[in-house]
Amino acid sequence: MRRDTEAGGGAATGGRGRTAAVRLALIAPPAAFLALFFAYPVAAITARGLYDGGRWHPERIALVLGEPGILHVVWFTVWQAAASTVLTVVLALPGAYVLARYDFPGRRVVRAAVTVPFVMPTVVVGSAFLGLLGRGGLTEQWWGLRLDEGPAAILLAHVFFNYAVVVRVVGSLWAQLDPRQEEAARVLGAGRWTAWRTVTLPALAPSVAAAAAMVFLFTFTSFGVVQVLGGPRYATLEVEIYRQTAHLLDLPTAAVLTLVQFAAVAALMALHARGVRRRGGAPALVDASRTARRPRGARQKALLAAVLTQITVLIAVPLAVLVERSLNGPDGYGTDFYRALASSDASGGTFAVAPLEAVGNSLAYAVAATAIALTVGGLAAVALTLRGPGGRAGRLVRGFDALLMLPLGTSAVTVGFGFLIALDEPPLDLRSSWILVPLAQALVGVPFVVRTLLPVLRAVDDRLRQAAAVLGAPPARVWREVDFPPARRALLVSAGFAFAVSLGEFGATVFIARADTPTLPVAVARLLGRAGEASYGQAMALSTILMVVCAATLLALEGVRTDRSGEL
Amino acid sequence: MVTKFRRALGVAVLGTLTLSALTACGGPESSGGGKGDTKKVTVVAHGSFVPSDEVLKEFTEKTGHTVEVLGGDDAGSALNQAILTKGNPQGDVFFGVDNTLLSRALDADLFTPYEAEGLEKIPAEYRLDEEHRVTPVDYGDVCVNYDRSYFDERGLEPPRTLDDLVRPEYKNLLVTENAATSSPGLGFLLATVAEYGEDWEEYWERLRDNGVEVVDGWEQAYNDRFSGSAGGRGGDRPLVVSYASSPPAEVLGADPAPEQAPTGVATGTCFRQVEFAGLLDGARNPEGGKALLDFMIGEAFQEHLPLQMFVHPVREGTELPEVFTRYGETIEDPHTLAPERIAADRETWIKAWTSTVLR
Repeated sequence: MRRDTEAGGGAATGGRGRTAAVRLALIAPPAAFLALFFAYPVAAITARGLYDGGRWHPERIALVLGEPGILHVVWFTVWQAAASTVLTVVLALPGAYVLARYDFPGRRVVRAAVTVPFVMPTVVVGSAFLGLLGRGGLTEQWWGLRLDEGPAAILLAHVFFNYAVVVRVVGSLWAQLDPRQEEAARVLGAGRWTAWRTVTLPALAPSVAAAAAMVFLFTFTSFGVVQVLGGPRYATLEVEIYRQTAHLLDLPTAAVLTLVQFAAVAALMALHARGVRRRGGAPALVDASRTARRPRGARQKALLAAVLTQITVLIAVPLAVLVERSLNGPDGYGTDFYRALASSDASGGTFAVAPLEAVGNSLAYAVAATAIALTVGGLAAVALTLRGPGGRAGRLVRGFDALLMLPLGTSAVTVGFGFLIALDEPPLDLRSSWILVPLAQALVGVPFVVRTLLPVLRAVDDRLRQAAAVLGAPPARVWREVDFPPARRALLVSAGFAFAVSLGEFGATVFIARADTPTLPVAVARLLGRAGEASYGQAMALSTILMVVCAATLLALEGVRTDRSGEL
Repeated sequence: MVTKFRRALGVAVLGTLTLSALTACGGPESSGGGKGDTKKVTVVAHGSFVPSDEVLKEFTEKTGHTVEVLGGDDAGSALNQAILTKGNPQGDVFFGVDNTLLSRALDADLFTPYEAEGLEKIPAEYRLDEEHRVTPVDYGDVCVNYDRSYFDERGLEPPRTLDDLVRPEYKNLLVTENAATSSPGLGFLLATVAEYGEDWEEYWERLRDNGVEVVDGWEQAYNDRFSGSAGGRGGDRPLVVSYASSPPAEVLGADPAPEQAPTGVATGTCFRQVEFAGLLDGARNPEGGKALLDFMIGEAFQEHLPLQMFVHPVREGTELPEVFTRYGETIEDPHTLAPERIAADRETWIKAWTSTVLR
């Protein structure tokens, strides 16, 4: 929110009371959603661990935190997340710039491609990384370079997975920043670097902060990457919570660790909020189609080439390994594995249905999850940008903003098990209902939608809103004419994100999806869980199909016209 | 004009409410909460429980009950899900508790006793619960597998027993799974406990000094590290802890059928895991659940188990498919441990193993 001392925000929307009422009305649906499908299940499973025999046991917190191994886990979790975040932001910012501002053939394809890692099952990616970097891997054969399991491999995989977060979140704002502001600074005598540092960077700061916060939360709750590339000696809180909950059924320990995760998310969001509050004036936004230029001159072309090389090495090569494996059958290269996916008995009966049906399941779930996430997240973002009276309401809004991020910092197994014990009584016995899957997936999608929309909506110059109001436009029309056009692109970006999140979600889905309607990642995991060349090849083929489904969807979304003449 | 805004708001709120209502009613294929729903049996199982459509149709024709399967993740977490939802279970029958975790299920009073029809056809060694709270359905042997080509190329005899594994010629060749989180990993630990008794920790110290590698799960061990698997061609471990049924799985679907499987089984390293099913306490359709238990140990279901799930049927006289008889090993004398012993010391063993091998 803006500085609390700013007054006059209410004037544009017809009185303070009204604004507050409108905001409450907008916040109500997302708040209800979060309360019912996040807070209640998570509280239920946490309470199982800390409440029994008719009383609470806060002493368990000290007991668990007193265990020598636990602090070690907390420390490892925090530092690897911090290091991964810094590394990802630094490596991905040039990519965000190039993909937002340079117009070159194949730009849309590259944009869609960098998001593909996001949906890939970690166990498959870990396998590809080991094939490239591990013992007997490509890099060892060619250059004698070997990167075995351990922190370095984990950080690298985190960059691979989260590159798209920075590119998309920062890019959706960067594409709309008016280049004339920086040009003005140059005309006034500032050097290239000074102009960027004093004009562009402050304008970008909110979305960089938003992207960094998301990357941090994602790596903070990293599970598969750490399991596959870290081995049994490394554990994040997420891995530990999974072991305590799913394997050992030690709910007290799991509950305490969940609270530690919450505390970390709260601390992070407090930092984030302070950073956003210190922001300067609003940057000018223009339509993205007016800022994209063909790269000119050696310097720009070199930057483009460097970014494309980086994306190739970091993202395309690991994915290509999987594609190669999916085509490399027993009798040379061919599409045997793909053909086998279409029948349910070819895999020796890993499925009650043909594995290929998982594509339909995944898509259906993803459409539902995206719709839920856009509705909930969109309402929340609009509510959070409404200019209201400061003080109390501002704090309420900030608190709500932080609350929206909690699902990202919560263990999937906590949510999955929480659903099972909380949503188990009519009228809310959803345990075998199909809707449970998209609901769980939307929980992760909502923070994306909010984080992507907020920087853009907050960058809309409030004087525009005031001017429109003065000219007699009612609030809804103000929103439609002033806020919506720049938000359109961000909406599309966040829809793509929500879709990708849903396609790739595994942790909670595996606990609640029905056996006869597996999603793609669940089906891949099942195939990988069996011996035999046929199952392995089909797992790779299904992973490749997942990539294609994801890329095609994102390309379709990229193709939606977002210039001001077009309608969404 | 404010009305327009109000209307938009109303639509948003309504949309959310509709959604909630939809969820509350369970959408198009709702189930579970319905009353008088005695025609559907729900099985709660781990992800590897995949009965074929044909066999389930057969059950429906026979009894009039349809089957719905709720799959979980792995055996351990599926069991814990069932324990968490005890009293208000997700389904009628639970499948997939094995003898290494049996005590946890029985202590939690998950099951209603039921003596399934045809139980006499199952050897006594598998009927581990005298109160019939659980019914044995299948068994599998956790064994060290070896990559034939690796040993052939070097003219080296593959290992046969646990004693062999600590010999210097097999240094740095074995990969196993984390006993704390992986079912085969735990099985292998129990094999060593059964073999060496009090001295099992010392054996693991020698195994550690002989370069055993521990990874988190079976997938990483088998697909990424084991040089005998399709995924692990580049791996550098020709010995892996897997199952006696893994070699048949390796050749399944191969055309033409090879002379022998690319992998073999070290027959002296095996631990037998028996899998059970049980009628959940609080089942909505106990009749259907009982009928399903009867069916699971009947001929048709038992015969279809091996190819569907790569486990061995428990029912005497069940014919094995050719791929099993031709490429698989029958383990005559696997290591076993009484469920009571496992129950008493499982956690202690795992803790001791962790500090011996991983630290």
